[in-house]
Formats: sequence, structure tokens, C-alpha cells
Amino acid sequence: MRAKDLLGRNGEELAAHFLESQGMRIIDRNWRCPDGEIDIVAIDHDTLVVAEVKTRKSVDYGHPFEAVGAAKLARLHRLSLSWCREHELNALPRRIDVVSVIHSGAGEPQLDHLRGVG
Amino acid sequence: MGVGRSYCVALVGLNGYIVEVEADIGQTLPNFVILGLPDAALNEAKERIRSAAQNSGIPLSRRKITANLIPASLPKRGSGFDLAITMAVLRAADDIREIDGTVFIAELGLDGRLRPVRGILPAVMAAVRAGYPEVVVAEANAAEASLVPGAKVRGYKTLARLAFDFGANPKDLALDYNPVDVEGPDEDSDRALLTPDLCDVSGQAEARRALEVAAAGGHHMLLTGPPGAGKTMLAERLPGLLPDLGDTAAMEVTAIHSLAAVQSSAVQLIRRPPFENPHHTATSAAIIGGGSGLPRPGAASRAHRGVLFLDEAPEYERRVLDALRQPLESGELVIHRSAGTAAYPARFQLILAANPCPCGKASGKGMDCTCTALMRRRYFGRISGPLMDRVDIQLQVERVSLADFGQAGQEEDTRIVAARVLAARQRQSDRLLGMGHETNSQVPGRALRGELRLAPGTTRILDTALERGTLTARGYDRVLRLAWTLADLECRDAPDIDHIGQALGLRQAAAAR
Repeated sequence: MRAKDLLGRNGEELAAHFLESQGMRIIDRNWRCPDGEIDIVAIDHDTLVVAEVKTRKSVDYGHPFEAVGAAKLARLHRLSLSWCREHELNALPRRIDVVSVIHSGAGEPQLDHLRGVG
Repeated sequence: MGVGRSYCVALVGLNGYIVEVEADIGQTLPNFVILGLPDAALNEAKERIRSAAQNSGIPLSRRKITANLIPASLPKRGSGFDLAITMAVLRAADDIREIDGTVFIAELGLDGRLRPVRGILPAVMAAVRAGYPEVVVAEANAAEASLVPGAKVRGYKTLARLAFDFGANPKDLALDYNPVDVEGPDEDSDRALLTPDLCDVSGQAEARRALEVAAAGGHHMLLTGPPGAGKTMLAERLPGLLPDLGDTAAMEVTAIHSLAAVQSSAVQLIRRPPFENPHHTATSAAIIGGGSGLPRPGAASRAHRGVLFLDEAPEYERRVLDALRQPLESGELVIHRSAGTAAYPARFQLILAANPCPCGKASGKGMDCTCTALMRRRYFGRISGPLMDRVDIQLQVERVSLADFGQAGQEEDTRIVAARVLAARQRQSDRLLGMGHETNSQVPGRALRGELRLAPGTTRILDTALERGTLTARGYDRVLRLAWTLADLECRDAPDIDHIGQALGLRQAAAAR
């Protein structure tokens, strides 16, 4: 596994723990379809949360949040629909969350969480 | 985290309005939105602000930043809002302390320096008038901003130092950064050198006298004469004869020039009457003001409290000349454009110069003139009757004779004549201030024939001329105004029959053609 993939994998792990600590129930991880991948699917009370996790070692090349643009958001919406169709959970309200993880390797990783971004 | 608030000024013409800047940091993906009718330059502020804040050591929040400029319906232009938006955003992120009614007017450089902006004088005037005396500007603008009475101006070189004074954590701030601004050429020193002296004009006693009268009474003037007679030379020497501008006038003039200047910032009030000399191909937008979006001041406004010289007046478009009638009457220009309406003051002294005919040879006996009578009439017909009616002095300038030409340097210089003009102006303001006027040229006809009525015998030649129809009623008043100025120059209390005669001569010299 390459270093960047390892970093991403670790970030997703940290993010999943973080979301669980916020009272969410993780119901799917790394769900793939031809259109792309959803990092985390969770249930927050009665809402289905599709979470995108962005992990960086530093902010030298921009904050992780800045990497989530309009195109990415649109794809997340499409993916969330695909996921719901496949799992027949269309009745649930949905939202998109973004979790940023900044982890240089040394020290505590910094997590940040935006709810319902679009 | 809450809403950050700061203040700025939006200029519409010379009128400024206080703009409240609200900034909010939302819990969503990074974005920067500016609301409140920003123009292109103001929308680019986002990128300047992000870079400037980053390079000053106080990076902006990685969230959605919304800046709202209130009132939202007022169109806002230019880069002067950069600093106010930045301060509101920093306050919203709790990076700095509360901003209590401080107005910020400056553009930001990507490196975090504060750059000067245009029109700082009218903007600060508006802020003080609206009850916001605390103003922060770029250091290069500080001298100009400080000209406004009552303003508490602070000039800063960099955003980092300003943020430090507003309580930002000095740990990360780039406080050592000390940018060096490139100095523009010093315009004021150039101008002093360029003021020409009246003693350069050889001979032309009559024209020099007329120029003195025009300066003393603020009368508009038309100079006709062949090419090379010295019309332009005379006109260029008029501003030197005019007295220094008073405080109010100097403030108005400096405000206009602050708005019209491209880069240099005034360091002191403009005390000398300005001189504007547009080319005869100028459009009406160039003369009276205009441009896309919000109108900018034109030559007529830049000549406010000074001299507007139109050389080769019949060559101007008729439309342009007639557009001057409104400011001649009201001293103000109101210009409408898509982004709003601007009113600029334009109380100038109009000096027109013209050749006697299209070929320019119709002076004296006019033997060499190749123009037909019709051509000549058409030529002067461009200067419309209503415009000519407002010109008190109509003077014919002849070619200088050889005898006079040899005498160059013997004539009175500007200093001596300016002293007489100043004394005459003093007498006028002593007499007229109670009526709300400054110079004889502004006195309405009603007052001339009322409070300032002359003894019946004095005006006999005028009455005869009026009766015979060689002088119109309006012309009658104009002769009276000139006569008062002539009396003021000679330190008399009222014009006598001699002054009336001279005045009639100054008015009709060209009309006799």
C-alpha cells in the first residue's frame, strides 16, 4: 500500500471513531460503485449521513476542506442516491458531511467536522 | 464566533455614505462571498484579502465567509473596501478585539501592505460628517486624510501592525515586514515651476487690462484675434492673477482632484486656482464628466474655483459648448449614469479663445482673409447665443506691434497685478458678502438695479443704448457688473460715468466686428 493510501486509510479510521463519538452509528464503509466511492455511511438520529473524509499531513497545499469543491459535492449527492437505491432506504432524510483530518505523523491528529454542507 | 462589524465609505461622486461591513463565518465548506452590489474590483477583494491575511500571519478561517456591505442597495466600487472587509472577518473569527465605529479605507497588497486609494479626502469628509471621526488609512493616504478638520486619522503600513493594535496575537504576526512604496513624481513642485508670469506678454495693454478685470471680478471672457496674437499666452496667465483659495474652496478643489487623480495622494490642500485646458476634440463626457458606471469628474469640475480655458472655442462640438450652460448658471454638474447619479461642483471662470474666422486672417483690414461671409458667420455660430450671453468680457486681441515687441520684460509682472486683484476682491467681498456673493460677476441683475443702484446721470449712455436697441437688458446688467469691477480696481466706492464707458468698451469690442 502506498503512503498516501495509508494516510487516507488511517484518516478514515480516525474519522469513523470521531463520528461514533458524536453519537452516530456507522452502517457502511468504503462503499463502491462505478460512479465512485463513499468513505463512510452513518445514521445520525433519523438522518442518513454520507461522510467524505479528507486527510492531509499539513496545510501547506491548502486545507483539506478546500479540496471539496462543487463537482465533488455533486458526486457525493449522486453517490448517496445510488447507495439509497441499492439499500432501499429512500425514505430517510439525507445529508452530506465532511470530516478533515490533519495528521503529520507526530502529535495528536486534528479533526474537524462540517455537517450538512450542501 | 459571531458576526464581525466594521465601517467603510462608499463614494457616489463627491458624496460619501457610511457603509457598514458585516462578516459572518458559517459552518460549511470554505468559500468567500461578498454581498451588497460589489463591482469587479471589489469582488477581486476576496483573493487579495486571503493572501494578505495569510502573509500577515493571521490566515482567514477555513469556513464559508460571508461579507455583507450595508446598505445592500447602494452600488459599491473599487478596492477601498479591502481593509474594512478584512477587519470585519478577523473580528468574526475572534482574531481581533471589537471595532467601535472605526472606519477603514485602504486597498490590500498580496503581501499584506496597505495601499492608498483614490478619493480619500471626500471619503474622510463624509465619515466625519456622519459621526465617524476615527479613520484608519494606508500610510500613503494619511497626510491627505488628515486635511479633514475633526478627523482622527491613523495611517498604517501593513495589515499585521494594524491587527496588532487591534489586539491580535503578536506570536504569529509578520510585524517586521516593512514594505517600501515606490514614490510617484511630486506633482506640486512641478506645478509651481509651470505658473507663467504676466511680464512675458509684450505690449497688449488693452488685453492685459481686460485680464486684470476678469481676474478681479471673476468675469467670463472671450478673446478673439489672429493666430499668434497671444490669446493662449494671456489665458494661461490668468490663474496666477487669482487670489489663493479660501478654506472651503480649497477643500472642494482638493476633494475633486483627489477623486480624479490616478495615483498620487495629496499631502496638502490645493490653494492655487486650478487651470484646465482641454483639447477642442474633447467629448462632452471629458468636459462635463462621465464614463461608464458611476460618472467621474470632467475638465469643468477639475476647473472648479479656477479657470476653464477653451482654446479654439468654435472648433468644439456645439453640444459640448452648450453643456457648459448648466454649470455656468448653477455652479454644479449633475450627471446620470447606470450605476447612479453624481453631482460635482463646477464653478469655474470660463475663458474662450477664437480666431476671427476659419482661416484666422480676418483681423485688421482682413485683406488676406479667404473666408466667405457665410463661413465666418457659421464659425461663430457654433458658440451659441445663450452661451455668449454669459460672457461679460469680449475682447479683440491684435497682433503685437514691433515697437511693443522690443519692450519685452518692461511690463508689470504677475505679482503686482495679483496684489491689485486681491485688493479689488477684498472690496467686493466687503460689499457683497451680506448679499451672499463673493464677486461682481455673481451679483444678480435685481441687486444691481436695487441695492447697488447708481446715480441716474451715471448710467445715461447705457440707458440710451438700451433705448436704441444696441444693448439688451441682459447686456445692460453685464456692463454694470464690469463697471463695478473697474471701480473696485481703482478703489472707488461706486462706478462713475468713465467706468461705465470702459465697461461698455470691454463688452462690445468683439461685437463691433
